[in-house]
Amino acid sequence: MSFVQNFPFFSIILAMFSGIVSSVLSGKKARNLSLAMIVVTTALSAGTLAFCLKTGESYTYMMGHFPAPWGNEIRAGVLEGVTAVLFGVVMFLSVAGGMTHTAEDVEDSKLNLFYIMIDLMLSSLLALVYTNDLFTAYVFVEINTIAGCGLIMIRQKGRSMSAAIRYMIMSQLGSGLFLIGLSLLYDVTGHLLMSPAKESVELLVDSGSYRLPLLVIMAVVSVGLAIKSGLYPFHYWIPDTYGYATPTGSAVLSGLVSKGYIFLLIKIFYRVIGYENLVGAQMINVLYLFGVAGMVMGSVHAIQETDTRRMIAYSSVAQIGYIYMGIGLGTTAGMVAAVFHIFSHSATKALLFISAVGLYEVSGDRKDFVSLRGAAYRNPLAGIGFAIGALSMVGFPMLSGFISKLLFATSAFDSPSKMLPTLFVLAVSTTLNAIYFLRLVITLYSRRREGDKPLPPNPVKKSSRGLKFAIVCFIGLNLVLGMASQPIVQAITDGLAMFE
Amino acid sequence: MSRKKDNYETSRWKKFKSWVDGETDPLDHGMEAHEAIPPREDIYDSAAHEKAVKEELSKIYGEDRRAVLRARGIRYFQRFYKVMSVVLCLGIIMVLLWTVASLPITGNASNPDNNEVAARYIEKGLQETGAVNIVTGMILDYRAFDTFGESCVLFIGSCCVLVLLRLDGDSKNESIRKMIAESDDRHFEPKNDIILQKCACVLVPIIMIFGVYIVLNGHLSPGGGFSGGAVLGSGLILYLNAFGYGKMGKMFTEKLYKRITLCALTFYCLAKSYSFFTGANHLESGIPLGTPGAILSSGLILPLNICVGLVVACTMYAFYTLFRKGGM
Amino acid sequence: MDVSLVEHLLLNIEETVSIVLFGIGFTILLLHRNLIKKIMGMNIMDTATYLFLASKGYITGRAVPIVVDGIQDVSAYINPVPSGLVLTGIVVSVSTTALMLALTIRLYERYHSLDLDEILILAKEEEQI
Repeated sequence: MSFVQNFPFFSIILAMFSGIVSSVLSGKKARNLSLAMIVVTTALSAGTLAFCLKTGESYTYMMGHFPAPWGNEIRAGVLEGVTAVLFGVVMFLSVAGGMTHTAEDVEDSKLNLFYIMIDLMLSSLLALVYTNDLFTAYVFVEINTIAGCGLIMIRQKGRSMSAAIRYMIMSQLGSGLFLIGLSLLYDVTGHLLMSPAKESVELLVDSGSYRLPLLVIMAVVSVGLAIKSGLYPFHYWIPDTYGYATPTGSAVLSGLVSKGYIFLLIKIFYRVIGYENLVGAQMINVLYLFGVAGMVMGSVHAIQETDTRRMIAYSSVAQIGYIYMGIGLGTTAGMVAAVFHIFSHSATKALLFISAVGLYEVSGDRKDFVSLRGAAYRNPLAGIGFAIGALSMVGFPMLSGFISKLLFATSAFDSPSKMLPTLFVLAVSTTLNAIYFLRLVITLYSRRREGDKPLPPNPVKKSSRGLKFAIVCFIGLNLVLGMASQPIVQAITDGLAMFE
Repeated sequence: MSRKKDNYETSRWKKFKSWVDGETDPLDHGMEAHEAIPPREDIYDSAAHEKAVKEELSKIYGEDRRAVLRARGIRYFQRFYKVMSVVLCLGIIMVLLWTVASLPITGNASNPDNNEVAARYIEKGLQETGAVNIVTGMILDYRAFDTFGESCVLFIGSCCVLVLLRLDGDSKNESIRKMIAESDDRHFEPKNDIILQKCACVLVPIIMIFGVYIVLNGHLSPGGGFSGGAVLGSGLILYLNAFGYGKMGKMFTEKLYKRITLCALTFYCLAKSYSFFTGANHLESGIPLGTPGAILSSGLILPLNICVGLVVACTMYAFYTLFRKGGM
Repeated sequence: MDVSLVEHLLLNIEETVSIVLFGIGFTILLLHRNLIKKIMGMNIMDTATYLFLASKGYITGRAVPIVVDGIQDVSAYINPVPSGLVLTGIVVSVSTTALMLALTIRLYERYHSLDLDEILILAKEEEQI
């Protein structure tokens, strides 16, 4: 066994350990430790990815002295590696970009607790990406939920706390359903590790026994994780949650947390239930319908919103809809598009939240359209960042959003029954996206008019270096995803093939 | 409670029913912390209550009718929502019951979950983990990663509660200092309740020894770090209630809490990392398992149980003090 | 068909009860506006899942999985896996309950209400002032 194969395990444990140590550090030291830890774990993930690309296959890693059906296990492949690297990069940039605001929003004595949440959040995300065991997944889903709640309510404002309790309630509903799904699955298969569980599921499907329980398991697990990731009819907690957390919190929650759950769901679909069984059971069509509804309704809500930060949050609802629509297409191409959109959305949404902060800074911390008029002239870099993020969401060529839309559209041709509705909804949703995002971009680049509400005195604050650095890097990430998409798409395809 | 009139209005059934509906709170009379808020069902039914709620709102946020109006508009939406939710939940119950009806029958040895996994835990657990208690052997050795995650859940849970409830004495914020003054119940201490103190004198040592026993025998008998730690925590809480913060502060401070948690979790993390690393790389771990049944046996399980016990005891005590007055 | 369904449910009485409790807890968590009752609902839901798991591990006539007198035969003990899962689950539910209660305390101090809808309205009003 080569030493590189230990890297996924190291990265999870390192993130947890720095969380534990941060409990006795001062806020500043905890922040530096956290940033250093994220860099190291990302490098470790990159090492894992390089190893998997070189060998061209995935491997499992025993957590302890006992092999597969008895002990815990994690698993690393190309897709896991790519996802872990991307999550690490987005996490680093979000933390670095929101650093100064975090220090302002959080009491000094509690600053280290914020970074504990970040550390444990990253460790749980990595564990969700790498896990090969369903019960481990449940435990880390809970860590993720609690850390997410912590990131929201650490701001100690009325709205963030009411948002946090709403988030907690919805997440607990999701976890409850997920846990009962796991219990049912354990009851009919007798396994908690993914690979042996899949073998049993295949035997059950072939013999035709326990058909109803299997169907219910698929439904309950999908609905549980869909609630947690904010699919359309269960999205009510999203705008408050993303709208009132700290900037870092918003970027992390929208860019990473919901994506972690979706990645876990995809993993369960492939590695436990079997994608063919899922397609055969028509479950996929339900997800497709919810996804399509989310694409349209999320955008409609976003158009009605006057608070720009909540508008960006509602746009997440639409984008989550895209991802579920891709999963629901029922083809490999659709799944590749969905996974690519996970990446593209986490890079773009974090860019939008972070650069929006740069714009609020120069508008006296106001978030409505009128106050933001002309903000792009007051803070040019944030303006450019926001414009690029918005264009990427709309699907402007060269940017990551364009590639994912292209992938969705081409994959629609593979499933004849869903081709027309998919293309139609894509067109409608893109138009709606364009309406609300371009309206905001135009507002940002128009001059202030006579009679506008005056900005508070001394509105212009200088953005911190971290924020500028984060915006520049996010723009770069978006361009990389948009222009060098071919190897990434290839890696996703290979990785999905390794899931089988 | 009173039996003056024997009609429906004062009957126990009515009280029970109104309590179930969330209209009254039987504990209301005892708690004088804040003025009772008029229960919500009544708010919309009578004009008087509506006025009351309006006053309530305007008292806090100035004259603003919109809040009341919006609240009224939400009511209709909520009725619909209520009906829909009941339908949804009944649907969930029916579907799951239908599923249960086709699940294997309870208590049957040939069920799918009694497979080779459980068989190995039972047949070889003693030799491979050294623990007589198979469940402990399973959660701290075979599936130790889950259990490590679980300790982290407890850790992050206590961090979140700290964020919410800890009040810092040297805070610049005026309102926080006021909150500290309000929640500080130290001036009422020591209560010098002689019955409580004498009982605590007898009970606390017994509880503590029992807790330690449960922690140390986790691999030999039912018990382990979590259950023993909870018992230890309850002993600490009883001591605090009987003798007050003055005495407790001498032996258990926030600093000590932080140190214990840090040391225990660090040891847990390092020990398990070592064991995972050696296991995955097929190296000998070199940790002796000892004679099964002896108290010093089963390798890492005993120290891990002690760590978990310490963390849980401290966390339970910290939860209590944080909920009571926002700090240790 | 119907008779056998009910019969099966009665044979699986623990699971049946736990599923009904799960539904009740789910309903309360989703539906009730009082935060304390929501938390109770969450606990009922979690406990129901543990009952479900615990009954799944049980085998009629066998002992708890603690080795007695050196007997290490599969036919002597019940399945230890669900017990371990329940232990893990309980700790998770303790943490989430503590977190929810702490949030409730803070919200009550601020808005003097336990009604979630009222809290949301008041929070919105507070923002606009």
